[in-house]
Amino acid sequence: MSEAIERAIDRSHMQVSDEVAIQISQMNKWYGSFHVLRDVNMTVHKGERIVICGPSGSGKSTLIRCINRLEEHQSGQIVVDGIELTSDLKNIDKVRSEVGMVFQHFNLFPHLTILENCTLAPIWVRKTPKKEAEEVAMHYLKKVKIPEQAHKYPGQLSGGQQQRVAIARSLCMKPRIMLFDEPTSALDPEMIKEVLDTMIELAEEGMTMLCVTHEMGFAQAVANRVIFMDQGQIVEQNEPGEFFRNPKSERTKLFLSQILGH
Amino acid sequence: MSDTHAQTVPFVRETMLPPVAPPANEAGVVRWLRQNLFSGPLNIALTVLGLVAIYYVLEGIVPWLMRSVWTADTLAQCRQIIAERWGEGATGACWAVIRERWPQFLYGFYPNHLYWRPTLTFVLLFVALAPILFGQVPRQLLWFSLAYPFLAFWLLWGGSIFLPLVAAAGFLFGWLAYGLAARFGTIPAVAAAALVPVLWWLFLAGDVSDDLARLTGRSFPLWLEEVRSDKFGGFVLAVTIGVSGIALSLPLGIVLALGRRSDMFLIKALSVSFIEFIRGVPLITLLFTASLLLNYFLPPGTTFDIILRVIIMVTLFAAAYIAEVIRGGLAALPRGQYEAADALGLDYWKAQRLIILPQALKISIPGIVSTFIGMFKDTTLVVFVGLLDPLKGITDAVRASTDWKGIYWEPYIFVGLIFFAFNFAMSRYSMHLERRLKTDHR
Repeated sequence: MSEAIERAIDRSHMQVSDEVAIQISQMNKWYGSFHVLRDVNMTVHKGERIVICGPSGSGKSTLIRCINRLEEHQSGQIVVDGIELTSDLKNIDKVRSEVGMVFQHFNLFPHLTILENCTLAPIWVRKTPKKEAEEVAMHYLKKVKIPEQAHKYPGQLSGGQQQRVAIARSLCMKPRIMLFDEPTSALDPEMIKEVLDTMIELAEEGMTMLCVTHEMGFAQAVANRVIFMDQGQIVEQNEPGEFFRNPKSERTKLFLSQILGH
Repeated sequence: MSDTHAQTVPFVRETMLPPVAPPANEAGVVRWLRQNLFSGPLNIALTVLGLVAIYYVLEGIVPWLMRSVWTADTLAQCRQIIAERWGEGATGACWAVIRERWPQFLYGFYPNHLYWRPTLTFVLLFVALAPILFGQVPRQLLWFSLAYPFLAFWLLWGGSIFLPLVAAAGFLFGWLAYGLAARFGTIPAVAAAALVPVLWWLFLAGDVSDDLARLTGRSFPLWLEEVRSDKFGGFVLAVTIGVSGIALSLPLGIVLALGRRSDMFLIKALSVSFIEFIRGVPLITLLFTASLLLNYFLPPGTTFDIILRVIIMVTLFAAAYIAEVIRGGLAALPRGQYEAADALGLDYWKAQRLIILPQALKISIPGIVSTFIGMFKDTTLVVFVGLLDPLKGITDAVRASTDWKGIYWEPYIFVGLIFFAFNFAMSRYSMHLERRLKTDHR
């Protein structure tokens, strides 16, 4: 599951500031009677690059989906960029337009071209004029290295290309925080690298990122913090060097031996 | 280790193979025939049986069609001509009835000298539909499409132009009210947009249009000769009800489908009970309700046009079916589409309009068009509430004359062909639309 990252990482813009981007305190969530997230506490500072890993069903995806309220939490507090997530729809939409999200299955809009996928939210949510939105979209499509695909439909692109479009689509909203929900899990090995490269570039520019991923090479190369979750709680977190060399809990050791052991 | 083994196990390809054409006997007409018609004993037998069946059907129909008579004044005359030309006992088609009575099939009892009005309405229908159906048509024409329902009403029923104008004004007032109330939030705005026009139509519109009509007098540009609903019949009636039903039931169906999937209990319950009730009741029941029962509920003295009542019932009926078809389309969309729309910060209505409905409607096109076709054919059921539908109403009226008593096949074939032309056109358009909207490139 782990791809070695060969290139040198430019760390000049990767600075963690004191400013808090996301504050989660005593958050609990249930699916029916199943307790998915148990008393989660977490502070994310601006500029942090956090990798969240853990076995399937450990609640890691649910956790980041709570941050833009794709899932509702039942108790505790989530404050994103100074806005508390409650059932107030205005706050939710405000948070969502500040937080970009990349999904495992890309979730591009198949009835729209790549360019339209990228300009839709800026035009309809941010009220950006169409021409300007298209310029911004082309800028980000160049950045993810597929400007020549702008007028094709998602169905005509490979999985890796689609995922890069999905990243560009999120970036077009100029988000302050990016959430990645297993962005490479649905991709062939050859395509994983191109998506990881895009994510590394984003990290190099100082984006605040939360990534649920099993790409431990990526974690070692760019993360400043790795969080290990199991059974809906944070079991262990540390800076990546220490986390991989010297895991403390037995559960973490077992997990790491399973995913790195072959 | 043997030599072969040494060659097969470690293997490196040095040249890649280019693609070549398939073998010659794997293509062409002969192959098609062999594969599709004569692939084995059973298929050969079925092919022969099929050809025999087709022969028998054609043997019956073709001579009958060949012995067509186009000019005659009565059915008796028709039969006489056939007997003279092809001998005693020969059967033949008597199209003379269509030749003589076709205006009745098309226009019912609409006054002869006013035939130009439904004809013009029908021609303008295509102008109004063009920008909706085809993307290449200039968008400015949509304004005409918006005005068309009012124009069509005026042309068909006649009377003062102020009646449709005043009715249209209701929508304008609704739009203005929405704009004014929008600053207080979405819910007051929607409420105002719905209430203001209804109040206008209920309490003011009638008097205003009457006064305006009286002031301007009954002269041509502002006044057309009135045609009452009981004069409508034939395809004028079928197309009027069918087109109105189609145009109104699609938006209503979309609203019901969204309502049925809503999280809000009351909206969901209302949508579900409406859909289930309407679908659970035969259309004829609704039509009887429209023609008889509504009169009991309405204040005495109100005249509520029978065609209008039928249109409302047909619309409600089709909308319930369309809602279910669209719900199927909505359910077919992956959850990820909703999540992606949410994650980008689109609110419910924008997400529905820009992301969800375009895809759900595209999936539902075949079902929606089937419903439309079914509904258009069901307009013939209006015969049960005393309207002259083309199939039974007009055909019976034609047969009621002593000249054409006893003629069956020809009127039914004629009416059937016209229905077929409309429905086939709808079906082809839906296939065109599906091809045009195909973006998945699978």
